[in-house]
Amino acid sequence: MSFAAAALKLEDLKTAPFDPRFPNTNQTRYCYQSYVDYYRCQKIRGKDYAPCEYFKKVFHSVCPNAWVEKWDAQREEGTFPGNI
Amino acid sequence: MFTWKTMLLQDSASPLMEQLTFFHDHTLLILIIITVLVGQLMLTLFTNKYIHRYLLEGQTIEIIWTVLPAITLIFIAVPSLRLIYILDEINSPMITIKSIGHQWYWSYEYSDFKNIEFDSYMIPIDEMKPWNFRLLDVDNRITVPYESQIRMIITAADVIHSWTIPSLGVKIDATPGRLNQTSFIINRAGLFFGQCSEICGANHSFMPIVIESITPNFFIKWISKMTEI
Repeated sequence: MSFAAAALKLEDLKTAPFDPRFPNTNQTRYCYQSYVDYYRCQKIRGKDYAPCEYFKKVFHSVCPNAWVEKWDAQREEGTFPGNI
Repeated sequence: MFTWKTMLLQDSASPLMEQLTFFHDHTLLILIIITVLVGQLMLTLFTNKYIHRYLLEGQTIEIIWTVLPAITLIFIAVPSLRLIYILDEINSPMITIKSIGHQWYWSYEYSDFKNIEFDSYMIPIDEMKPWNFRLLDVDNRITVPYESQIRMIITAADVIHSWTIPSLGVKIDATPGRLNQTSFIINRAGLFFGQCSEICGANHSFMPIVIESITPNFFIKWISKMTEI
């Protein structure tokens, strides 16, 4: 990939914002809730509904990749405990 | 090696650590005053020949030596509370970095743009270059932009670890199954070192943490380069 194609700008640096639902040091729920919200949003509004992508950005920023992989596997097997 | 500089707090590289250093010095000053005062009182008790055979109570002096320590404690408690709430604050972070403690290394994930993942192992003594710090340098450093709000998400994969950078005033437990959050701003470019601070097994002493602080523009370049690999 050429450098020009991959060039990021300083303004592109964006991350999951502060969420007043999770004001504490413990952010476990922020990650989990965003993950559930994303797939629930897709289930209700359809796969192409752009506003759902916000949750995806958030849980990718906050959740460890190993957790996301584990939950993805659970969803495929139908053993994911959350309400999607 | 133990030197004068290792006796005290490290030079601060973040606004939070500056405040923590001020608080430390302020509290130490009060402690020294109390120690000298009590020491002097005890010494005079041993060396003088005063007696007061019928002394049972002295309301005035008792009120004084109850109220004065209470006031002194307020002078420690109020700045301490102020600091504890400032430490919890995350404003609007520019990037989020995830740090996962393993037995016995740290792994890092930058997932705001593309997904960057790497492990950070200590450089063993027999592979050290002359400019490396023994037991402190790692093969892959965490690169962060300075003068930017950084959010760290800390967790662990096996046992409890603790992620620490003394000169940034950051220390937070890495607990399996839980995401802990902390944030900091680095004042300047440089390398900042820390070590795992929770006994996590045989190689607990050999999983250091190194932050490389660079300009935001170079950070962008670094990110772009990392996503190409």
